[in-house]
Amino acid sequence: MKISVTRLLIYIILAIFTIFYIIPMYIMIATGMKSFAEVSLDTMWNLPLSLNFNSFSLAWVGSIKQGFRGLSGSFFNSVLLVIPATIISALFGSLNGYVLTKWRFYGSDLIFTMILFGMFIPYQSIVIPLVLTLQKLHVYGTIPGLILVHVIYGIPISTLIFRNYYITVPTEMIEASKIDGANFFGIYRWVIFPLSTPGFAVAMIWQFTSIWNDFLFGLIVTPNPASQPITVALNNLAGSYIVQWNVQIAGALLTALPPILVYIFLGKFFLRGLMQGSLKG
Amino acid sequence: MQIKGDKWTPILFITPSIVAIGIFIYGFIGWTSFISFTKWNNVLPDYTLVGFENYRKLFANMRFQIDLHNTLVFTVIFVTSCLLIGLLLAVLIDQRIKGEGIFRNLFLLPMALSFIVSGVIWHWLFNPGSIQMGNIGVNQLFEKVGLNFLICGWYTDPNIGIKAVAIAAIWQFSGYTMALYLAGLKGIPLELREAAAIDGASKWKIFYYITLPFLRPITFGAIIILGHISLKIFDLIVAMTGSGPAFSSDVPAFFMYDTTFRGNHFAQGASIAIILLLLVSLLIIPYLITTFRKEA
Repeated sequence: MKISVTRLLIYIILAIFTIFYIIPMYIMIATGMKSFAEVSLDTMWNLPLSLNFNSFSLAWVGSIKQGFRGLSGSFFNSVLLVIPATIISALFGSLNGYVLTKWRFYGSDLIFTMILFGMFIPYQSIVIPLVLTLQKLHVYGTIPGLILVHVIYGIPISTLIFRNYYITVPTEMIEASKIDGANFFGIYRWVIFPLSTPGFAVAMIWQFTSIWNDFLFGLIVTPNPASQPITVALNNLAGSYIVQWNVQIAGALLTALPPILVYIFLGKFFLRGLMQGSLKG
Repeated sequence: MQIKGDKWTPILFITPSIVAIGIFIYGFIGWTSFISFTKWNNVLPDYTLVGFENYRKLFANMRFQIDLHNTLVFTVIFVTSCLLIGLLLAVLIDQRIKGEGIFRNLFLLPMALSFIVSGVIWHWLFNPGSIQMGNIGVNQLFEKVGLNFLICGWYTDPNIGIKAVAIAAIWQFSGYTMALYLAGLKGIPLELREAAAIDGASKWKIFYYITLPFLRPITFGAIIILGHISLKIFDLIVAMTGSGPAFSSDVPAFFMYDTTFRGNHFAQGASIAIILLLLVSLLIIPYLITTFRKEA
């Protein structure tokens, strides 16, 4: 009998925390689904009476009459930005990880540590020169400029992910192909790259989520609404006094949707990236 | 182990990354430091050197003093709560309970969201409403379930301010700490716990003398990661509260953005950024060195 009391206590504690974690999700989904007639701050905890997607469509297309921009344009900006940035930074990470594990040279450990430091710095310490440089390169305020920024500042984490992955690939395998006459690039192309799918899955899912969710770079590099990523647009939507709260919350759900889908369907790889972020390979 | 052979090809291939990091991280940090010693506090650049003048002004600035205090309060609440909640949840979930996966996935889900998304939602949850409106958000919920003593002004109350933001941040990151601890718990050899149990050790003793020491490196790592996140916290503040009444939810990262990009005080912004970088470095550099010295 004593054991079942402990069990009961465990479930009670877990239930309390479940409420804590679920409340924001509940508000996000329930509010988004309500019709405008139902939406009232007095009844914000009530379940929606029927399914209604008006809040979502208003958050998506905006309203000329009320004078605010919807999130659709920014959603596509984010898509346009996140795909190339994710692929390119994963390729860099793969190459770097390959060199840093299989072709180590004098000082390569120091270089690795110095690359890693870049993933922890507060970006406030580089944004002023970044803006000046992007202006000089004529990519300030553009999506290609933002892609460049995410590729460069994504190098540390993707290098770390691939380094931790390639360290598990036995070096003997590579020695063998080297005896067979393969060179640096041949080994990468024929031995390492075909083995890299799990590494690419982890690195790309990690980069996808963090670039999609990024706010600071979008805010500073693309001040113009036409090329803003969705997080910046959502923040503008939510900061506007003319936009009803249910539309803001529906906008939050639209912004959250791609990473949530990734989490639901590819959660295993997301978790692995999360663990690598804490440096334990 | 590494491959012997052509030495220069690999170096050639890693060079673009080294150059990019060299310029965009280290070069830019140097550039920002340089700006922090100049007179550039207007729209147009002015590179006249003024020594530590910007830093002197910064530490004399009331807003910055409040910011440092807020950061300390936020860090203490955020880090300890994440560690305690994370450990508790990990230990409970590790008890071979039903629905283990469901709990774990739910608790970790907020990690996948942008701070802007959670900021927008928590802004409305912690909105205290007004006299005309009555209670809304979390306060309304408390009223409904009879927990009236918990009703308060949240981020609109200068005495709470940053602590309300900390709750949202805990919501987002405690699942992450749980995942770290869960991975650690799986790594404890079962025989060790079983042997102790056979020797008659109680569950609490096993937890205290075996489990906790095993988890120590994870706790250490989590403190570093969470600590540096809390020093850098920015997005959540922007979306949820802004500076708040009497700067009660202001932090250095937000002050930096505000003064640089809204106020055109570039040199002052640069000095805040450098202080922020120094604080983060104090945490991260020893961690990087110890972690990778051990591996090599």
